[in-house]
Amino acid sequence: MTLILAALALWAAGFALNVALANGPARDTRAAQIAVPLIFGATLLAMWELIVRGAEVPTVILPPPSDIAERFAGNTGLLWRDFTQTILKGALSGYVIGNVAAFLTALLVDRSDYLRRGLLPLGNFMAALPIVGTAPILVMWFGFGWQSKAAVVVLMVYFPMLVNTVAGLSETTAMQRDLMKTYAATWGQTLWTLRLPAALPFIFNGLKITSTLALVGAIVAEFFGSPTLGLGFRISTSIGQLDLAMVWSAIVVAALAGTGFYGLITLIEKRMTFWHASTRGR
Amino acid sequence: MSRFIPPLLGVVLALLALWYAAVVPMNVQETLTRAERAEIPVTPATAVERRDTGTWALVFGNLGALGESWSLDRPRLPAPHQVVAELYDSTVTEELTGRRGLVRSGSLSNRGLLYHAIVTLNATFVGFLIGTGLGIVLAIGIVHSRVMDMSVMPWAIVSQTIPIVALAPMIIVVLYSIGIQGLLPKAVISAYLSFFPVVVGMVKGLRSPDGMQMDLMRTYNAPTRDVLTKLRLPASVPYLFASLKIAIAASLVGAIVGELPVQKGGLGARMLAGSYYGQTAQIWAALLMAAGLAAVLVWAIGAVERRTLVRMGMSR
Repeated sequence: MTLILAALALWAAGFALNVALANGPARDTRAAQIAVPLIFGATLLAMWELIVRGAEVPTVILPPPSDIAERFAGNTGLLWRDFTQTILKGALSGYVIGNVAAFLTALLVDRSDYLRRGLLPLGNFMAALPIVGTAPILVMWFGFGWQSKAAVVVLMVYFPMLVNTVAGLSETTAMQRDLMKTYAATWGQTLWTLRLPAALPFIFNGLKITSTLALVGAIVAEFFGSPTLGLGFRISTSIGQLDLAMVWSAIVVAALAGTGFYGLITLIEKRMTFWHASTRGR
Repeated sequence: MSRFIPPLLGVVLALLALWYAAVVPMNVQETLTRAERAEIPVTPATAVERRDTGTWALVFGNLGALGESWSLDRPRLPAPHQVVAELYDSTVTEELTGRRGLVRSGSLSNRGLLYHAIVTLNATFVGFLIGTGLGIVLAIGIVHSRVMDMSVMPWAIVSQTIPIVALAPMIIVVLYSIGIQGLLPKAVISAYLSFFPVVVGMVKGLRSPDGMQMDLMRTYNAPTRDVLTKLRLPASVPYLFASLKIAIAASLVGAIVGELPVQKGGLGARMLAGSYYGQTAQIWAALLMAAGLAAVLVWAIGAVERRTLVRMGMSR
């Protein structure tokens, strides 16, 4: 009981600190903008720990963060192999293949109006589909290894990326294109100097959306069959053994990988689209 | 509209042709085994030799024996008409003539695809409603409170990089172990997936009134509540609908993934069962049904959107 009261007190303290920081004089500094979410997150973690211990929640329902950290630290080797299998082999190769294929198709679509009108409605429709449903079929075709996961990821990232890139390529105004025409620029030159740069914000938006889709695809595909390693395999077998600390460790790996991946793309985006209003504003 | 139909038809027909063509190499091993049993001469005579031969060599070496490619019982890739036939069998035929069908028993057959689609649809709707409601409430909180904006928003973004779908089996099993089962666990996953697009869209929408409009409200000395109900909420409607279209597709995915671990009906359960028993046509039929559902749901939201925006005077 005291632990739960301590958790509530901690929450009140964290909240009061955040209110003070967010409404105080230093609220627009970079330090405050980083500190406030960090305090919020740390408070949540501490409350989780205290409430789970205080209310004696069984660890098969919700293990406290300290247990998860312990299990994580004790199994780094295993989790690293899972990470290589699922993220590096499955998700990353599928991500690269799918996005490159979508980009090339977008260039093709851009050159042919017939394809644009025929393929784009289909692309919009396919982007809304539960593509995860193809996982059992692709696992059946490509076997249990990472190749089938990459195939699922390719299918999942292809259409969102295609739709985004095509939208980006038609972003330039008629005036700008006319200017290129008066310079007698070829299609390739127009593409390279005008339309690709203009499309970059859209392309990066597509890359960001598909980065999380790629992780989801690779992990869900492992539920339909995988070798004896991989994050999806770890999650589904550890649930079977009611080893929830291990499940959460695998989730932490996935979350770290996802956040890191997303962050990396955002960083590249900021370097390459420094001229765009959305990055220039801050 | 008519500008789009001929090219769309052309692309779809091309895809179907590609599909029929792909069926041949995908199923060549099985087809040749059947041909051998029917005593049609096949070039590498035994199955063992054929296993080590390349796919294309098999296809072009046995052009005369490929007739059954499109009518196998358990193909690796079923032909389009086989999928359509399976869809028809598991909906119309099952309900009309099946022992547990609508005609004989008065309720939907639990072997039919309609029943599974309705199970999935229920979870989708409940999850969508919960997710949308929570999303709107949180967005209102974020717009009105600096603390919430600064502390919750970054975590909401980080939470989206966690593949929550991967958590689905655990959420289901954990909720099951404390006695919550059936519709609600699936709806929780759907709600989580549909929640984020709504938050982001609504925050953007609630902040969309420009300085001039906000100033007008200030000259009226309008209280915060009136600014919210009379300016911010109406202004956010177009953003809300754009988010709802994404959210409903996401919550359908959530419901399907939520059905994987607990095999109690639904399109996800149907796909997994199909993959266990090698019933490829069944998986494809379930997939097609899910595709149809997604299309209808997104279209329905779009229809409501058009009517609402016309009524509100935002479009014609």
